[in-house]
Order: sequence, then structure tokens, then C-alpha cells
Amino acid sequence: MPTLTIREAIRLGLDEALETDPSVFLMGEDIGTYGGAYAVTAGLLEKYGPDRVRDTPISEAAFIGAGVGAAAGGLRPIVELMSMSFALVGFDQIVNMAANLRYMSGGQIKAPMVIRAPTGAGMQLAATHSQSFETWLAEVPGLRVVAPSTPYDALGLLRSSIKEDNPVIYAESAGLYGASGETPAEYYEVPIGSAKVCRSGDDATLISYGHGMPILYESAEILAARGVSAEVIDLRSLSPIDTGVLVDSVQKTGRVLALDTARRSGGIMAEVTATLQEQTSDWLDGPVVRIGAKCAPWPYNREMEQGSLPDAQDVTGMLSATYDL
Amino acid sequence: MEIQRYVPTQLRPARQMRADLQQIEQASSLDGVGELRSVGEVSLYGPGEKAELLDLYRQMYLIRRFEEACAENYSKGNIRGFLHLYIGQEAVAVGVMSVLRPGDYVVTHYRDHGHALARGVDTNRAMAELFGRKTGLSKGKGGSMHLFDASKRFMGGHAIVGGQLPLAAGLSLSCTYKGTDDIAIVFFGDGAVNQGTFHETMNLAAVWKLPLLFFLENNFYGMGSAIGKVRAGGTDFYPMAESYGIESVLVDGMNVLEVREVMANAVGKMRAGGGPQFIEAKTFRYVGHSMADPARYRDDSELAEWMEKDPLKTFPSLLLARGAAVESDLEAQRESVHQEVSAAVRFSEGSAKPSPHEIFDDVYA
Repeated sequence: MPTLTIREAIRLGLDEALETDPSVFLMGEDIGTYGGAYAVTAGLLEKYGPDRVRDTPISEAAFIGAGVGAAAGGLRPIVELMSMSFALVGFDQIVNMAANLRYMSGGQIKAPMVIRAPTGAGMQLAATHSQSFETWLAEVPGLRVVAPSTPYDALGLLRSSIKEDNPVIYAESAGLYGASGETPAEYYEVPIGSAKVCRSGDDATLISYGHGMPILYESAEILAARGVSAEVIDLRSLSPIDTGVLVDSVQKTGRVLALDTARRSGGIMAEVTATLQEQTSDWLDGPVVRIGAKCAPWPYNREMEQGSLPDAQDVTGMLSATYDL
Repeated sequence: MEIQRYVPTQLRPARQMRADLQQIEQASSLDGVGELRSVGEVSLYGPGEKAELLDLYRQMYLIRRFEEACAENYSKGNIRGFLHLYIGQEAVAVGVMSVLRPGDYVVTHYRDHGHALARGVDTNRAMAELFGRKTGLSKGKGGSMHLFDASKRFMGGHAIVGGQLPLAAGLSLSCTYKGTDDIAIVFFGDGAVNQGTFHETMNLAAVWKLPLLFFLENNFYGMGSAIGKVRAGGTDFYPMAESYGIESVLVDGMNVLEVREVMANAVGKMRAGGGPQFIEAKTFRYVGHSMADPARYRDDSELAEWMEKDPLKTFPSLLLARGAAVESDLEAQRESVHQEVSAAVRFSEGSAKPSPHEIFDDVYA
């Protein structure tokens, strides 16, 4: 089985789609000649030419909206944002246009497009470049939101996202582009809306996505050394959320901690934990636990930034305090 | 509707166009209206012109009557929400649409009833949408500001000022990507010019040479703000296009034949691969921004001046003066429109309301 990084897995998925589907094209800032700010699209311009790998002006509202229009016109655009934080500049086009178009036309129009964007903190890019607005967008009806944390899921979710007839926000954890893993040579897809139990356990359910997953794996190891068996779940999809998998797990373990590397307040884990409180309260040994990044703008200084992000000590500490684990 | 019989003349530079318009405005009295455009003389005496010219009148009258019926039904409570009427601007929509082909995409702003009707959208379904009925174009989910008919490539009805421009750029990109000579046209008002999306889309369309026609309906007020209050640089916008390398013209938006002429010129160039074009039409809405607006921010004299140029007065006068129609022809069109609009109201009143169970329909494909 080939080993790929997440960057390579995404590139493979894009390459494959360009190769097999003439309605697919890419556009974004410096994705062609430059090869992409994170080098995801390197080599694709040379292979497919400037009509299908389109460098755009620095003009997010225009090219996100043009992606919606091209999708409404029957194509399958894949739009790259240089940062999820830059989605703010084109938010009207994502929410009012991409997400609402189908509904307000009474189902006459569809907008099959993928908006890819690196997301998350951890690289000392400070307040304007470190935010995780996939959690905001997950609230918007009409959008799908996915966030892979492994090369396997990156490729499988990208394939599903490109085939999806609705606009998909594909959030790429910027800190994980170099993470490697095995990726089958034979074709497979990871369906949108399916969470994954990454590690089985009986004593507590740990939930996160994207950049939060390595923190959960580290936490599970620490807990295992204490004799606590943690079940680790990767949401993979923020919209829709695979509530069934989460509920099944919490009914088994009776304890749940949800971790967000985005700001804790109003984050996707607020939704996850509230849902679990509603649906599994009879099985819970104590209150649901939600941890996330500090509710402040992202600082530049490394120690401050790391201090703002949750870590494995926060996870194990909260489990001890809440559930006496 | 094709208008091949209109031989596109050389597109005049914008400034020349402006000078022409000033002459027109100076000469603008009802008696002189037949002298306004030489294209009128050519077209009026062409074979088979009469039916087509009468149809232009019919469409403008249909929009006017439809809008009056909307106002009546708003007062009765049958139509709610924001209702923005197009009364006064009819010659723009009708002149523009008469030049387009079925494969072209039309994207517009929230003052969209006139564009929808001129594009051939079903009158019953348009009215039913305003009534919030299941038989409406968007099954009652869009309302006045969000009319869509994908079968006519009428792609909305968009209610965030300027937000529709990038969408239209993408639609025009899909035309060239597929190797067709179809185009997209995007309507926007003078208020949208101050949005970033206007400038971003102008640049993108120019850089990518998109077949996108920017059509500015300059009615001099963005809601209640006169242009001069909110824009540096006067009340002409078409020169801005030149700074993006986009050819632009100014046209009298009260003159349906002139709108047709500049459209035919611009569209011909775009179909030949010439990239984007820009047309600014000077026009005026006779009513307030929406039904909630008594329009106290402008003088009655200004309105009266524009109503002198009302296309529903000047155009039929021209037809009569040129012998293209007799009074009974016009009366027959008006009668047919009255029946059509009355039928649309009855259709809407008689249509079922959507069920709350349909709230979740069409959120996702």
C-alpha cells in the first residue's frame, strides 16, 4: 500500500479528477505557476494547462462567486483559498450565493463545487491567518463541510466532495499537510457525513477532527498507561455530523470529551456536546466535556499560541476532574 | 427573439454616445420622438417589423401592468416582504432581452420582475411566487427579490447589492469553457458600483476575456441616496469601464430601440470573442425604492421630467407616427395584457400555499 502525505493525497485526488472529468477545473490564487501557497497543486498547470488550472487575481469574492456561477452553469469547479481566514472576504458568495442558490430557486439550480482551504493555528501566523471558519460554515444549510486528518480520508473525502452535487467546504489542517499514511492503490471513497472510530475503547469517548486528532491520540496513550481505555472518534464531516456513531459510542462509554482546535465558544463541539447531552443524558456518568482554543485572537508568539491551543494535558486533566478517570 | 434585421452599426465611443444623448435630451419632446434615432427609421419600414415592434410595446406594457397589479396586491396583503417595482425602467429590460438568445444567461438584482417577464418567464408563476404559493417559480421560497427560471437561463433575482456580479462571471466562464458563443449579462444599479464585487468582477472579466455584459441601470438613486451624495465622480459610470480596458457606451434607457441597438452591437462583439462589454442606461423608477418608500428624497419636478420620456407614451407615439401601428393595434395589446395579468392574479389566488413540511425540500441537491 503506497504511503502518501496529506498534501500528496489531495494532489492525487485533484489530478485524478482533472484527468477523468472534463467539467472539473481548478482556480485560486497562485495555484498554477507558483504551485500553491502550500504546494498542493504543484505540477498541475503544466499537466492540464491554464484553462483548467486557473490563477486568479487576489479577489476572493470574485473568484468564489465565479466558482458558484460556473457550477450553476454545469461545471465542477474546485476553488482554492489560500487560507480559511480569507473566506471572510468572500463570505457573501459562500453563504448567500453558494449555499442559498438552490433553496431560493426552489430547487432549480445546483452548485456542485468544492472550496478547499488550509485552516487552523499552530504556525505562528497570528490573528488573521490562523482561524478555523469551517466551524461557522458548518451551521449554514446548503453547504457540506468536511475536514480530513489522514491521507486516506483526504483522498477519499476529496473524491466524494468532487462528485457531490452541493457546495462542499473542504478544510485542510495546515499543520497536517506533511502527515503521512497508507493510502490504498485501488479506488475508494469516504462518504461525506461519516465519522470514524479510530481507536476502540470502553471508558470514555474522545471526539475531534483535523488538527485535534493527534492531540486525542496522544491523550489516549496517556490514558492507556493509566489503565483507562479511550474510544477516539474523528468527525471527518462537520456538516452533516454523523450523530449516530457518536451516540453509539457514548452509550457504550458513558463519558465524552469533545476537543476543538478552533475557539471553544460557539464552536462545532458546542453543537456536538449539546446534541450528545440531549440524546445520551441517561447514559452519561457526568456532564459532557468540551475543550477548545482560548477565546482570544490568535497570538503570534510561539508560547502564547501553543498556550492558546488545547493539548493532551488539558484532555486528561478534564477527564480526571469530571469523571475521575 | 433574434433581431438579425438590425444590422449592427459601428459602436460609437462612449463620449460620442454621451454627446448624442445630450442632443437627444435637448430635443426630447413627444413630437420629436420619431426623429430620435435613425435606426428607428430603418427598422420601422423593414419587412415584418410591425409585429415585432408591437411585441416590444406589449412587453413593456405587460411589465407596467404587472407591477401595478403587484402594488395593488401588496396593499391587499397578498404580497408581503420587500417589493421593489420596476415602473419607469421597462424599456431597458425589454430592449435588452429582445437581443438575447435562449442559451444566454441572465443575472439580475432584486428589482427583477421586469427582467423576468421580458425574458419570457411565465406570468402566472412569477405572480404566484410573489404571492408565496407552491406554484411560484421558486415554490414560494424566493419571493419578489429572488425570481429564477433556469429553463430560460434566468438565474436570479439577487438581493445583496453587487453580489450577483461574480455569479454572472462564472456563468459566462462556463459558456467559453464549453466552447459555445453564448454570453451572460448581469444587471446592476448605480448603488452596486460602490461595492467591491463590481470592481473585482470587472477586473476578472477583463483579465479572462469573459463574454460578460455589464449592464448598469442608472436610475440615479441607491435606495434614498442620490448618486452625488455617495459617489465621487459624478453621475456617469461608463467611463470607469475604460480603466479596465472594457469598451463602454451610454444609452437612453427610456428608448427601447436605442437599447436594442447598443445591445446588438455589444453582443455581436462578445459572441465573436471580444470579451466583456459595458452598457450604462440612464433611466428612472417612478415609484419609491420599495413599497415602504414614499420617495421624499427627490423632487416631483424631477419625476415629472422623466415621465415626459415614459417609454409607454413615447414608443407607442412613435409607432403611430411612423405608421407601424394604428390605435386599435395598441388597444388590442393592452387588452391582451390586462387579461394576462388578471389571469395571473387569479391563478395565484387559487394556488395552494406550500406546506410547512416542504421547509427542508431543496436545501440540498
